[in-house]
Amino acid sequence: MDKFTTLTAVAAPLPLANVDTDKIIPARFLKTIKRSGLGVHLFDTLRYDADGAERPDFVLNREPYRGAQILIAHENFGCGSSREHAPWALLDFGIRCVIAPDFADIFYNNCFKNGILPVRLPRDVCDALMGDAALGGNARLTVDLQRQVVVRPNGEEIGFEIDPFRRHSLLEGLDDIGQTLAHAASIDGYEAARAKARPWLPAIDAV
Amino acid sequence: MTTDAPRTLFDKVWDSHVVERLPDGTCILYIDRHLVHEVTSPQAFEGLRMAGRRVRRPDATVAVADHNVPTEARDRPIEEPESRLQVATLEENVHAFGVPYIPVRDVRQGIVHVIGPELGISLPGTTIVCGDSHTSTHGALGALAFGIGTSEVEHVLATQTLLQKPAKNMLVRVDGRLPAGTTAKDMVLAIIGRIGTAGGTGHVIEYAGEAVRALDMAGRLTVCNMSIEAGARAGMIAPDETTFAYLRGRPHAPQGQAFQEAVAWWRTLPSDPGAHYDRTVVLDAAEIAPMVTWGTSPEAVVPITGSVPDPEAAPDEAQRAQMRRMLDYMDLRPGQRMQDVAVDVVFIGSCTNSRIEDLRAAADVVRGRRVADGVRAMVVPGSGLVKQAAEQEGLDRIFREAGFEWREAGCSMCLGMNPDKLKPGQRCASTSNRNFEGRQGPGGRTHLLSPAMAAAAAVTGRLSDVREIAGREMA
Ligand code: SF4
Repeated sequence: MDKFTTLTAVAAPLPLANVDTDKIIPARFLKTIKRSGLGVHLFDTLRYDADGAERPDFVLNREPYRGAQILIAHENFGCGSSREHAPWALLDFGIRCVIAPDFADIFYNNCFKNGILPVRLPRDVCDALMGDAALGGNARLTVDLQRQVVVRPNGEEIGFEIDPFRRHSLLEGLDDIGQTLAHAASIDGYEAARAKARPWLPAIDAV
Repeated sequence: MTTDAPRTLFDKVWDSHVVERLPDGTCILYIDRHLVHEVTSPQAFEGLRMAGRRVRRPDATVAVADHNVPTEARDRPIEEPESRLQVATLEENVHAFGVPYIPVRDVRQGIVHVIGPELGISLPGTTIVCGDSHTSTHGALGALAFGIGTSEVEHVLATQTLLQKPAKNMLVRVDGRLPAGTTAKDMVLAIIGRIGTAGGTGHVIEYAGEAVRALDMAGRLTVCNMSIEAGARAGMIAPDETTFAYLRGRPHAPQGQAFQEAVAWWRTLPSDPGAHYDRTVVLDAAEIAPMVTWGTSPEAVVPITGSVPDPEAAPDEAQRAQMRRMLDYMDLRPGQRMQDVAVDVVFIGSCTNSRIEDLRAAADVVRGRRVADGVRAMVVPGSGLVKQAAEQEGLDRIFREAGFEWREAGCSMCLGMNPDKLKPGQRCASTSNRNFEGRQGPGGRTHLLSPAMAAAAAVTGRLSDVREIAGREMA
């Protein structure tokens, strides 16, 4: 996983609430067995018309937002399915940070596993940042995870909260599995104790 | 440990699965049951391979293909090449990693959230995960069950644990009794209508109260299934005699003396009196009517006797804009009566409502009637075993004679990853759980409702109040 430290980039405003995972990447694109290549289908129904042509009014089809690495949206971003194809599609397009008032739990979690930083900021702040983003290519935002601030084009800094464990993993680009396996002895111990305490729990052998 | 303070059902299941609490409060949580399907697992197995890791506990894991499988012609290879590849990849992976697998042609194949409880794999007091958000379904048995992403699927395969922080507790209590003609589906739609699609974010919802206790296992599974539509991490219902009776004798449940020991522990799980909930919501079951959605979010729901709301009445411009967008997509007008809305397709299926009890409820309405002209109606049982049971009861005949398609088990038109899709502009009365834009096929329009209400829509050709259609039986 790529580290996330500081990002200065064009931000795309997407002033919609409840952007669900079917909107981020419709189910028909989930048939892949790979993680890459989903970027062209990101926001498919918003981005393309029925004939597959780009809708010129959709933000990611316009300059400078085609190169956006930050996305700003409204409440409950990423609701719906657990598909990690949603963050994979964002990442493949180039988005490394999503800013919204709040996120659906599974999506929020999935972002961290893929080096994407989800930033929760109040609705009025998101609206102000969308205003900045609407100014175009010269109005870049900076997201500094080390200092936990978003820096507006006018230099104003806005602090955000983030779980320390997740912040650390993202800053260092650490793999969760490796971190957990460092506790393998505890897992062994738990399994042994549980086999005594709840011996009735059957193994799922051949089905 | 805080064994003295009163604890909720969620607290108890959580506490009994903490392997280690890390300094910042993150817990390594042990996972008892891992359900795997073809869509969210290929990249996880690929990750294991690349890191040279094995599956830690194949005996706590079970795999099945459900999302992609066609619901007809099971004797032939899957036609669609990408779907075929995804199922073949699952088969290669379970073989290489020694994971128990239920093959597509096995009678026990079905939607992962239907077969877990049905086979007794999902048990009270266990932790259950799957790379699928509707894993919340299994909480109906008193399990802590939640959906995870593919990276976490890989994490569980490799370590049999997850890194998690405890959720907050939310109590949804439904007092009184549901009126005739009103079902578990109407209850959960009413709950989502009340608290909204983000109402449960960060929480595990415990459903309680007389109306919840009175539900059979199928109804409880329906309610917990849609917890994720309320934004909750999971939904749970305390195990009781209904739960134990349901599980007794199921093939993968404990048997004999072991079952008695299990029940003894399961009886300790219900929330203690005075346990703390961060939030409590109370509904009166008597006020719940058969519900139907009008928009492209499950919270956009009204009683069938109601009409399409007016965006101009919404409090702020963002909401007005969103409602206008929904109405535009759904091709509905403010003030239009829900009962005047004609449908093209009726879908009875999905992990929300495809159990034998759901099919019986629908068949009761359909019996002796015909599917309305021009309507395509289909029943997709949740598993091969449900299908078999329905056929033994003669339900398939009732549906077929009325003009329904009777299909093989799978996710089917719930999300249209297999050939069962809506065409652009088609309107569907669906017993599934999501009415998002394009969910059942690009441009398709979805109205969520109960199996009985779906059956009523099939025979009338429009959204209908099942209490009027089936008036006699329900009086
Ligand atoms: S039936 Fe629908 S909601 Fe349930 S697991 Fe399948 S696709 Fe998901």
